[in-house]
Amino acid sequence: MKTVTADQIREISGVDTRKCMKCGRCSASCPAYDEMDIRPHQFISYVQNGNIEPLMNSKSISKCLSCFACVERCPRNVKPAKVIEAVRVSVLRQRGETILSADEMPELLDENMPQQLLMSAFRKYKK
Amino acid sequence: MIYSYFPGCTLKNKAKDLDLYARESAKALGFELEEIPEWQCCGGVYPLASDEIATKLPSVRALADAKSKGQDLITVCSACHHVIKRVNDDMANVNDIQTRVNNYMGLDEPYLGETTVLHYLEVLRDRVGFDELAKKVTNPLTGRKIGAYYGCLLLRPSATMQFDDPENPTILEDFIRAIGAEPVVYAMRNECCGGYVSLKAKDQAESMVDRVLSSAKAKGAEELITACPLCMYNLTKNCKGEGMKVSYFTELLAEALGIKEVQS
Repeated sequence: MKTVTADQIREISGVDTRKCMKCGRCSASCPAYDEMDIRPHQFISYVQNGNIEPLMNSKSISKCLSCFACVERCPRNVKPAKVIEAVRVSVLRQRGETILSADEMPELLDENMPQQLLMSAFRKYKK
Repeated sequence: MIYSYFPGCTLKNKAKDLDLYARESAKALGFELEEIPEWQCCGGVYPLASDEIATKLPSVRALADAKSKGQDLITVCSACHHVIKRVNDDMANVNDIQTRVNNYMGLDEPYLGETTVLHYLEVLRDRVGFDELAKKVTNPLTGRKIGAYYGCLLLRPSATMQFDDPENPTILEDFIRAIGAEPVVYAMRNECCGGYVSLKAKDQAESMVDRVLSSAKAKGAEELITACPLCMYNLTKNCKGEGMKVSYFTELLAEALGIKEVQS
């Protein structure tokens, strides 16, 4: 997997990471905090420090729910969810990189699953 | 009043009740839902990456179709509403996306976010009015203690969604009051149900659902309502222990209007 640059993450996300004042409210609000190895506030400082490789290998990119609690509650309008998404797509846009493959689906499916779940998961986990 | 209606993929399949009772109730309330012909799936999630264009096109096609008829666009599913409303905001305000989408689509007249996007609940609140709705209730759901489950997608980000106060919303509680029941306010009503992670990480969704249901039960809620098929799935199928009755808000609306048989 090729590591992208911090500038590319800033460009894809549209986020100016310099605005972060490290208050931690994003991580305090995050319902997936316990599941993440690198937390939302850390994503911002990793990008600010140009340290993208650990983010691309982080399990957090499959744990973020896109619930926008961090976006809503950030007092500086930094939008951490957009940074996590930029890292996620930077991984998924590379050949062979996927979080969810169609081959896994028969095992994962149950008869009650709404189409919305399958659609959303494929949009988030595969290109 | 005729509205352009975007039902979305799940309302044609696993969430048929959400769709059916929205249509039936609309007739009783004096407005009509005209389904957009050949609508395409919204994608379920809003494409957050600012360089994504193709995944926004289905929303723009629906929005442009509504514009050509001079109609406002209604959605019932929280996810469809979220995606279409945010794409519309991009089309109104983000120059790069406006240009690239319109270059690709080659419409007779560029689409620049002109269509008004409304969730069905907003129509009830802002167009019909909850007072008027209450007058049309023939079968008030008296004595039922109902918790509103908002989830994420209707409320956030509030700068774009402009649906209600994102931390202290009231629209669903006002709706519950209008149909004659008693709203139960609880802390976790606007926290995430686990969303799409439940596909691969059931345990993550289960712990989140557990927090929502415990919070609702602790405040005395006996049942919940939602506008989202994925919330419905997670709340009912990914709960640990004893679950709770969850209905689509349109089901209870139809019950109160005397369209749907009462289920206890």
